Amino acid sequence: MSNDILSEIKKDYVLSKLRDGERIDGRKFDEFRKLEIRTGLIGKAEGSAYVKLGNTQVVVGIKMQPGEPFPDVPDKGVIIVNAELVPLASPIFEPGPPDENSIELARVVDRGIRESEAVDLSKLCIEPGKKVWIIFVDIHALDDDGNLLDASAIASICALMNTKVPASRFGLGEDFDLPVNDIPVSVTSLIIGDKFLVDPTRDEMSVGERTLTVTVDKSDNIVAIQKSGDYLLSEPLFTEVLEVSIRASKKIREEILRQCSKAC
Amino acid sequence: MSRPEKFIIDGKRLDGRTPDQLRPIKIEVDYLKRADGSCYLEMGKNRVVAAVYGPREVHPRHLQDPTKAIIRYRYNMAPFSVEERKRPGPDRRSIEISKVSKEAFEAVIMKELFPRSAIDIFVEVLQADAGSRTACINAASVALVDAGIPMKGILTSVAVAKVDGVLVLDPMKEEDNYGEADIPFAFLIRGGKIESIALLQMDGKMTKEEIKEAINLAKKGAMEIYQMQREAIMKKFIEEGENE
Repeated sequence: MSNDILSEIKKDYVLSKLRDGERIDGRKFDEFRKLEIRTGLIGKAEGSAYVKLGNTQVVVGIKMQPGEPFPDVPDKGVIIVNAELVPLASPIFEPGPPDENSIELARVVDRGIRESEAVDLSKLCIEPGKKVWIIFVDIHALDDDGNLLDASAIASICALMNTKVPASRFGLGEDFDLPVNDIPVSVTSLIIGDKFLVDPTRDEMSVGERTLTVTVDKSDNIVAIQKSGDYLLSEPLFTEVLEVSIRASKKIREEILRQCSKAC
Repeated sequence: MSRPEKFIIDGKRLDGRTPDQLRPIKIEVDYLKRADGSCYLEMGKNRVVAAVYGPREVHPRHLQDPTKAIIRYRYNMAPFSVEERKRPGPDRRSIEISKVSKEAFEAVIMKELFPRSAIDIFVEVLQADAGSRTACINAASVALVDAGIPMKGILTSVAVAKVDGVLVLDPMKEEDNYGEADIPFAFLIRGGKIESIALLQMDGKMTKEEIKEAINLAKKGAMEIYQMQREAIMKKFIEEGENE
């Protein structure tokens, strides 16, 4: 119960700040928290990235192995995104099989990567219809201080950019860099009445878990949208969120390129 | 199924529809005897049944909320509903659909009127053919009215897809599988007018202009579906009145 009282106090604080046109941490409404990316920290993985977005921390590891293609796309590699919201990352996460929140998170990250065609899956065919490369993207939450989704999406694409296909280990020739052609960026906004805050913190989320995620590719196409939470969204607000998300995604993509090109 | 070479020939889609045309819809209210409210709905080749139980006691007890009713929504596909047999029980896709659909209904059901109780919505997909989540929401909406659950309005759901660069309303299987984008919507309709968006997802590639266009197309389709939902409900209550 003490938790509930605390969150009520935080909620009032967030809302009173909002009335003055401010956020509790002084950020602008469309501003992301400080982003820190480190790649290649897991040597055993084919690719990996650690992302710190404000105080939210997540590690993504990529493992690859040959396997069977989907029957309807026999000549393309397969990508599988999975998220584990382990109890270490938040007092509200519980051990056990993935719940609806971790499934939703993984699926929204997956859609961004898939629909932007970030990974060139046609270059991952070993033997058409029989053998292709399977990419496992495993999202491992470390600390959920809000907006784990965007942090996970950033970490996933950075890990993919950092991935070497382990061909030699499977006797399939020389290792090569995973072909990555796009950098999808997801932008999650917390919806509060007719206002919205980009990249919400856990404290801001105490006003209600009502978010809208828009994923944008490098050509400003929208590649995924997810409305999450029990709220009604007005059309004008939606179009405003679209505009702001496109702008915010550019900054994050630049930041990814700046920090990742150094490391990758 | 293989990818059709062209999706639109002479302004007509593969099944003869124009881009802004819905598939045929059939709605039957009060389809099940045991449920408090129910509905059978066909939308193209989709065949879905929705049942509402409640407001009723919450089990397990610890889930109850002293301030409002909890809403549960279960989207479930029958193993025979798709080409290749689906393993029974919830998969990741069903869990995600159930979550976003539940949240859409949570936003419109007046749950504060029923503290400590549960309103359960179950939808079974007997046959799926693209847009089953939208068909399920339309059916569940009618079932909720049938059960007498107070709501801010009615939810009406329809998807828009992009094929050959053209936006099409209520996509069928081929358009859904091989199209360039797909956006399912659910709108809150109150007093005969579309008020807001209760469900919104999207995957594929679209510019922001196309998305705005897609909303307008979806709204047009939703108003047509709303009329059919309304007629089906009215018919049931008129018949009930005559029998008394």
